[in-house]
Amino acid sequence: MKNSRFLILGIFFAIVLSKTQAISWYRFYEMFTFQSFHMFGIIGGAVVISAIFMQLFKYGKIKDINGNKIIPKPKKKGFISTILGGTFFGLGWGISGACAAPIFVILGFQLVPALILLLGALIGAFMYGLLSKKLPN
Amino acid sequence: MDFILEPWPWYVGGPLIAISLLLYFYFGKNFGASTNFETLCTMAGAGRVSDYFKKDWKERDFALLFVIGLIIGGFISAIYLIPNQTVDLNPRTAQELTELGFLNVGNHYFPDEIFGKSAYSSVKGFLILIVSGFLIGFGTRYAGGCTSGHAITGLSSLQLPSLLAVIGFFIGGIIATWYLIPLIF
Repeated sequence: MKNSRFLILGIFFAIVLSKTQAISWYRFYEMFTFQSFHMFGIIGGAVVISAIFMQLFKYGKIKDINGNKIIPKPKKKGFISTILGGTFFGLGWGISGACAAPIFVILGFQLVPALILLLGALIGAFMYGLLSKKLPN
Repeated sequence: MDFILEPWPWYVGGPLIAISLLLYFYFGKNFGASTNFETLCTMAGAGRVSDYFKKDWKERDFALLFVIGLIIGGFISAIYLIPNQTVDLNPRTAQELTELGFLNVGNHYFPDEIFGKSAYSSVKGFLILIVSGFLIGFGTRYAGGCTSGHAITGLSSLQLPSLLAVIGFFIGGIIATWYLIPLIF
């Protein structure tokens, strides 16, 4: 199946996050209390190098596997939604030390607690879906 | 072999995450993780309750395979690749957490106080995780992305909404770690 490459990439990404400790609760506690450079180095490094890739995509130096130009999807606009949604996410991230991708990775480390986090996240996404038209943008 | 089993330094993490993003785009898709929460809701039948979830989840089969990969990768890492989960913390961080009542600070990736038995044996422990999860699911969808989608993909492609979202992530994260964690523990 041609999509199996995403399976392999998922395994690779999980190993990278695990080995660099970017799934550890302590690493995010340190980050939000500005007591360590570790996570800033990881995320900052990822952003800077990705920015170079984005330029290469933009000028067509790197095309996708089918030869098409790579154009990242524009993010939805909205001041309140991004700041407020971001703050909600930050609260959950700060307490649990987990962001979206790591929740799935943590299943391998702490199965039941990660399942509870995942259940919460699904209920949260479901509530957002129900309320999405009523929330300020 | 030593390099595989030792913790990898931060300067290895950034480039390898960027390469993951590169491959994701090279394979023809937009890098991100939190949309999968919606896809899983759709698969669980949320479309019967709300039109928002009436989507064809099979169009996101690639992302679901990525998620399955994340889970497999997590198990491989936990079982084979990380014999020692010690986190080398700033002594100040360790002291702060010890004063809050955390035991064995930094001995494992995940503190027992949040990821231990209390998660399913006490109401408080369960609530900490389920409410955090709720905020993660609700917040990422409201903001339109998470660390992968906003902080890495969005910032690196110079998108303003992502900058706002990341500011939000830090407002929330700082409130959580500076004020809520001391309140909870």
